[in-house]
Amino acid sequence: MTESRLTNTLLTLLTYAVAIVMFFPILWMFLTAFKTEQTAFDIVPHFLFTPTLDSFKLALAQGNGYWHYAFNSALSAVASTLIGLVLAVPAAYAMAFFPSKRTDFTLVWMVSTKFIPAVGVLIPVFMVYKSLGLLDNIWGLTMLFTAMNLPLIVWMVYSYFKDIPKDIIEAADIDGAGTLQTMVKVVLPLALPGLASTGLLALILAWNESFWSLTMTDHKAATLAVFIASFKSAEGLFWAKMSAASVLTVTPIIILGWFAQRQMVRGLTFGAVK
Amino acid sequence: MKRVLFIASMCIGTTAFAQTQITVATVNNPDMVTMQKMTAAFHKAHPDIKVNYVTLPENELRQKITTDIASGAGQYDVITVSNYETPIWAKNGWLKALTDLPEGYDKNDLLESVRQGLSYEDTLYALPFYAESSITYYRKDLFEKAGLTMAERPTWSQMTEYAEKLHDPSNGVYGICLRGLPGWGQNMALFSTMVNAYGGRWFDMNWQPELTSEPWKKAATAYKNLLNKFGPPGVTSNGFTESETLFANGQCGMWVDSTVAAGYVSDKETSRVADQVGFAQAPYETTKNGANWLYIWALAVPKSSKHQEAAQTFVDWATSKDYINAVGESEGWLAVPPGTRSSTYASEQYQQAAPFSDLVKTAIQSADPQHPSAQEVPYTGIQFVSIPQFQAIGTRVGQIMAGTLAGQTDVEQGLNQAQQFTSRLMKQSGLGQ
Repeated sequence: MTESRLTNTLLTLLTYAVAIVMFFPILWMFLTAFKTEQTAFDIVPHFLFTPTLDSFKLALAQGNGYWHYAFNSALSAVASTLIGLVLAVPAAYAMAFFPSKRTDFTLVWMVSTKFIPAVGVLIPVFMVYKSLGLLDNIWGLTMLFTAMNLPLIVWMVYSYFKDIPKDIIEAADIDGAGTLQTMVKVVLPLALPGLASTGLLALILAWNESFWSLTMTDHKAATLAVFIASFKSAEGLFWAKMSAASVLTVTPIIILGWFAQRQMVRGLTFGAVK
Repeated sequence: MKRVLFIASMCIGTTAFAQTQITVATVNNPDMVTMQKMTAAFHKAHPDIKVNYVTLPENELRQKITTDIASGAGQYDVITVSNYETPIWAKNGWLKALTDLPEGYDKNDLLESVRQGLSYEDTLYALPFYAESSITYYRKDLFEKAGLTMAERPTWSQMTEYAEKLHDPSNGVYGICLRGLPGWGQNMALFSTMVNAYGGRWFDMNWQPELTSEPWKKAATAYKNLLNKFGPPGVTSNGFTESETLFANGQCGMWVDSTVAAGYVSDKETSRVADQVGFAQAPYETTKNGANWLYIWALAVPKSSKHQEAAQTFVDWATSKDYINAVGESEGWLAVPPGTRSSTYASEQYQQAAPFSDLVKTAIQSADPQHPSAQEVPYTGIQFVSIPQFQAIGTRVGQIMAGTLAGQTDVEQGLNQAQQFTSRLMKQSGLGQ
């Protein structure tokens, strides 16, 4: 009993230590955002200082203004997630409930597209986008985000669907429900926690994406990743302003994550006990 | 009434349609931030042109601009380039020749070395926004305390002697601060000038690298000794900004770096040692050729731009005398983009605000990219070699030099590695055959 209590205490301490290590950079970013540039750059780290909002004021006015970038980030993230789900659900439904000989291969092939580093396909994608006039275009970026997240969404939705007993589909079939009716009215409500957590994950990935945003957009379709990058400079101090920009960028997604926490945990552990 | 509204809305529509939107790709350096602030004045003078900025870190910007121009995407109308890219890109036919400058532009007012740095075959392909050379910053109070007198133009050997006497780490003062952060625009900018000062060169006339030659060994040994013995800890993390902050915080006895820091370290609001800063020319050793660098941030119009006329109007405005005067009046004379025009240095207001201005002008004028070494060379450029391969070479050699500072390799081994890498890359590119 004593040994078990000691193990528990040690594990708890270890958990706290790991949590602090993981959280510290975020905490430091928040602290730096409220410092002056000089204090932020000082060799001696400052935990206690007089906070200032100057960096936020400057960050909000950078380039086309924060809201321009935030709008583009929100639009591309939400739209790509919704389009991704609309495309992925029927695909996952077919593969989960009506598997064919090639289903496994198709699934692995879809995920294997994620093995290619994005930079490997940059030039062809850039040239195609140039020809289609999709450079610096928010819908062009949304298409990229959709394509980027689609394999993950299909795979996750497929695994949630697999946890739903096939008997339910058969019962719906016997009751005279069509395929669309069964999918929308029977399967989707059962897989809702899973769909929600998939959607949230896709949203976060699209919101945080920087490679395609930096390479395919300039000012019209520029997202918050471009906004943050614009602060970096070889001359002059920018740490506090960049931290303020990062705080402004991560705050919406942290708030969203906070509210969706219960749903997300439920979704991620969906069917885990079986 | 309806008809009036219709005509009015058509007029608004026509005005909006007639406005040309241009995209300026730039970096976030303080002078470019000022340019963005001043753009309202440009919009007022040219209501038919709307300027949009794309601001990115230097390396990302260079990659994006290269991709854009090479693919002919035409996303950018004005690009921020340096004297490194300008002749290379002009040779590739990527930049618009700036031959039709407006009457009041006064091309002859541009400093000669700056004009040359942005020309290819005697034609200007970019206009200078601001330019810099390298100088020596030192602490007058510490020199006095140590009984030292800074030479008007010290040698690197003298710098070592000074650094030894000034080095007092127990009181938080390091003898000398220099760039150690790897990168062709970071440690290699300074180290290349050291190689030049010791009489070395990157390549002989047949494009064979000379990185294991005696001047390279001497320069590398001096660089390593200075920083390892009298430099601040963690020097391989120190680029321009880090070193500037160290000096402004009073932690460096001396510092050799860009002239653009002169205003920052002399400003009481940003520097704790503003009253004690002394200036001297950049150190040399066996020769003054190439001992101080020349770097020019300039604005150019790519040929892929779809709005070349509007773009050039903007470039003319941002690099004009009127722009410099406008910045001086609204942001203060210390904030004007330096190093481009004789008239800036002739201005009384500027001389008053920047007592170091003559020294900076001398440094910029004495930097000769056509003769960067005491020996004959097949290239131009002082702290870089104006060939496309140099970015890769400079980056790798910069990493190797940082490795020697960190003690991963000794000077001999490091230079051998650098020589091998450079030879291989030159052979692959067909230049060093």
